[in-house]
Parts: sequence; C-alpha cells; structure tokens
Amino acid sequence: MARESNFKNMFLCLLIICFGGSALLGGVYLMTYRPIADAQTAKVNQALAGVLPEFDNIPADEAYRVQVDGRSVTVYPATKSGIFAGAAVEAVTTKGFGGPITLMVGFKADGTIYNTAVISHSETPGLGDKMDPKKSDFSLQFKDKNPETFKLAVKKDGGQVDAITAATISSRAFCDAVSLAYTAFRQAAQKGGDQ
Amino acid sequence: MEYILIIISAVFVNNIVLNQFLGVCPFLGVSNKISTAVGMGAAVVFVMTLATLITYLIQNYILDPLNIGFMQTVTFILVIASLVQMVEIILKKISPALYQALGIFLPLITTNCAVLGVAIIVVTKEFTFSGTAAMLNLPQALVYTASMALGFGLALVIFAGMREQMDLVGIPKPFRGVPIALITAGILALAFMGFSGIV
Amino acid sequence: MNKLSIITKGIIKENPIFVLVLGMCPTLGTTTSAFNGLGMGLATTFVLMLSNLVISLIAGFIPAKVRIPSFIVVIAVFVTVVQLVMQAYVPALYETLGLFIPLIVVNCIVLGRAEAFASKNKPLDSFLDGLGAGIGFTLGLTVLGTVRELLGSGAFFGWKILPGDAMLVFILAPGAFIALGYLMVLFNKIKKA
Repeated sequence: MARESNFKNMFLCLLIICFGGSALLGGVYLMTYRPIADAQTAKVNQALAGVLPEFDNIPADEAYRVQVDGRSVTVYPATKSGIFAGAAVEAVTTKGFGGPITLMVGFKADGTIYNTAVISHSETPGLGDKMDPKKSDFSLQFKDKNPETFKLAVKKDGGQVDAITAATISSRAFCDAVSLAYTAFRQAAQKGGDQ
Repeated sequence: MEYILIIISAVFVNNIVLNQFLGVCPFLGVSNKISTAVGMGAAVVFVMTLATLITYLIQNYILDPLNIGFMQTVTFILVIASLVQMVEIILKKISPALYQALGIFLPLITTNCAVLGVAIIVVTKEFTFSGTAAMLNLPQALVYTASMALGFGLALVIFAGMREQMDLVGIPKPFRGVPIALITAGILALAFMGFSGIV
Repeated sequence: MNKLSIITKGIIKENPIFVLVLGMCPTLGTTTSAFNGLGMGLATTFVLMLSNLVISLIAGFIPAKVRIPSFIVVIAVFVTVVQLVMQAYVPALYETLGLFIPLIVVNCIVLGRAEAFASKNKPLDSFLDGLGAGIGFTLGLTVLGTVRELLGSGAFFGWKILPGDAMLVFILAPGAFIALGYLMVLFNKIKKA
C-alpha cells in the first residue's frame, strides 16, 4: 500500500511533510505569539502589583537595568501622578540550595520594603520552598522593614531575620537577594528616582 | 574549576535518571546485565554529546537569529533521529557484537527523553556555575552534556549490579519485573539525594 | 473491533503506563500533584489523537524506509502546536510542566501507537485508538498524581485535606519511583481479579 522506497519518493515525501508541518506551525505561531507575549506581561504586572504601593504608571514600560558589584538587576519604577512612589527590583541570587532564586522586592519611596514576591526558585519542597508566601509566613517578616535599620541577615549570622527551620541556606539566599535589591534601589534612587 | 563543579553537579547532584526523570525507559529496560549497561551508557554518551553540539549551534545560529524558536522541537528531534541512524550504521560495521547486544535499544535512543531533554535544557536553562546565573557557552554545554550522560551510565551500571543480585533472591510474584525495579530505583534515588547541597 | 472497544482497550487491557510500561519519564516527572498529572495527560491525549489521525491519513503515501522519520515529524509538529497553545492560554501549567511538554514527542506511547495501529488502520479507528490510549495514560497520571499529592502534601487537587505535615519524600524523586512501583502491583492484582 505504501509507495516504493526509491530516492525520489523518499525525498519528496519528507520534503512535503516538513514543509506542510512548518507551514502549520508558522500559522499557529502567528496566532499565538500575541497571547503568549500578553501572558508574560501579565505575569510581570501581577508580580509588580503585589509588591508595590499604589501607582498609576506602567512600571514594566519604564524598567531599566542596574549593575551592582557586577550583578545585573532590573528596576521597575512606580509613580503616582508623576511623583516617584517607589520601585520594584527583580534580583537574582545564585546562593540558593537548589539553584538560582529570583525575587521581586517592592520598595516605598523612602526605601522601606513594601512587599516581596518569589518569581522563581528550585528549592526543596517543604523546606526551602516555604519562602513562598503561600507556604509560610517567612517572607511576611520583611514587610514594612527599612533595610537601614533592619539587618538583612539570618539571626545565626548576626542579623534580624528569622530563618526557615531547617532551611538556613535558602533563608540566607533570600536575604542575599533582598539586600541586592535594596542596594540597587539606593543606587537608582540616587540617580534621581525613575530617570 | 567550574568544569569540576559542572561534572559533579551533573553526575551526582542532579543525576539525570534519579533526579530529573530523563532516560527512565532504557534505564528500566537495559539494566539487566552490567555488560549491556556499560555498552548502552557509552552509546548514550556519544550520541548525547554529538547531538547537543549540533543542536546548540542550530539554536544559536539559526533558530534565535531568525526568531523561529518554535521550530526547536521539530529540528532537534530530526537531528537526533538522523544521528542515531548514523551511529547504527557505523556500529554495525565496527562492532557487530555490541550492535547485536544492544538490539532494539539502539534505535530507541532516539526516543530516549534524556537525549532530547538535555539538548533542550542546555539552551534554555540558566546555570550558576560561573557565579552568576547565565546561559552555558559551548564548551560548558558539552562538558555538562557529557557529564549528564556519564551520570546516566553510572546510574545504569549501579542499577544493573543491583538487579543481577535481585535475580538470586526470591521476590513475591506481584512485584516481579517492573514493580520491584521501580521500588529499587526509588531507594537508589533516595541514596543519591544525599549528594544534594554539595555544589 | 467495534468502536467502543477500541477506546476501552487503551484504558485497562493495554494501559500505557501499567501494562505496556511506556512513557515512564513524564509519569514520574509530572505527577507531583493531581492537577499536573491531569494537565500532562490531556496534552498528551491531544497529540495522540491528532497524530494518529494524520498518520493514518497519509500512511499510504509514505515510502517504507522513511516511515519512522515521517511519523516523528508529524508528531513533533503537533507537540509544538500544544506547546504554543499552552504557553498562550495556560501559562502557569505550561511553566510547571516545563521540559516535559516538548518531551511528548519522544514519549514512546505516541510513536508506538502510530507505528502499531495508526499506520495500518482507518483514520476514525486510529483517532479513537489515540483517544483510548490517551485516556488510559491520563487516568494513570492522575491517579499517581493524586497518591503523591495526598501522601506528600496532604492535599487533593490543591485542597489541603490531611492535617499536619505529610511525607515529603513522595513529592520528591524517590517517592515517584516507589509510589509508581506499588501502584503497579495494585493494578496487576486488580487486573487478575
């Protein structure tokens, strides 16, 4: 029932299938690339909304990168009626137990932490993953703390942060990310807020 | 220095079979005897490294510049399928004995999730070996891939040894075959968990 | 073979996970919760149905020597379609399942059904065969996901119903192997009864 396996037939068959397949995929891609981009923007905006005080601009459109000690972070400035209201900083720490941890830390204009959100992590479920606010209250202790007066290290290291039980490394990494975010925020604020 | 980190991480900490669940089908299928396990492991190292070399170049010089990332799955699997076909032909000529021993499992390397899986991981995930989270460059990618394959081979050989021992013991009827193999693999995975946190 | 039996044979008699022992990688890797297992199963079922249908339609035109590569390309195309659609409309599930979505293309079940059934049968029968195998696969994934979620985090589809801490190991790698092993023993016993 199948065609004869000579070179011409085999070549033609594979060519047609590859072309037909690619055409179909191209079509589906054209239909979905807008929703995919929208889904990704929605994800960033959702994280921003969760960590920033009231604002009325679109921080994602005004985002820019800052270098802190060779590490690159993204700053999302927020303004309300044109006045600088705070900024969210997306910081990555490599000190996680299972891999890099990406946090979004929202600061008020005066540098006080408004809220934190975990963007991604590979920590152990039930231990390090308690940094997720849905799993435990660990990250809530950072709210309304000003890093100038609140030492961002675990109590074991002389700081004021209550580490997650049996997950010191993950807790330390979390603090590392928050301090990196704060340093970036100060650097950005020095340059004149959202410019 | 970072290469040593890559190797240890890939072989022990994030072992491809026992931690990432890639390559489980051949893991359960070929691990009956140590000799076939070694042969299969070697074949996978070769195919995986060569495949990743080609797919890495395709991703970075064709797919990304032309913005056709969605063609990744199709092109990668075609590369792997052709590579396995070539390896089969070469192996038939060079070592017919090994070719016979591997039997059906050689063409099955094409559908081995490990090969396609590692090829995709290497061009998608960011790693922290160099101190900051970044994508792997080509030499790092190749070392990572070869180490992953070595981890596969290691798990395979250890498991084959365990299974050879199990053949000498009485196993309850409902457990014989795949179930007891899975439970044993689970215990082996438990042991490998002890490596986490080293890197 | 009547139409209904084509579907049902994929669920019990030739269940891909418990009888044919195929598709182990996603079975172990995506069943950390019942919802993830269900999502993975549905994505695979979609690919199974469509690739079986298309392969059955074009099998007559494919020269024997390029059978496997042709099937693989067809399957890869549908897997990519699933990837794009999921990324656009269920991004959270897409990120959780991660690597295992493109890995559907090397899921032995898909190529296996294409080779064993779709290339030799009529399009409608092949479509139903894909559906049956898909349902069997999804059922197995959801059951394993439920067991692991219940034992590992005391929850069912996200609702925490068991008090206290659970046995974490079941959400981790070793637990997957062990849970699946025991489930297989159970399935074999039920099948014999």
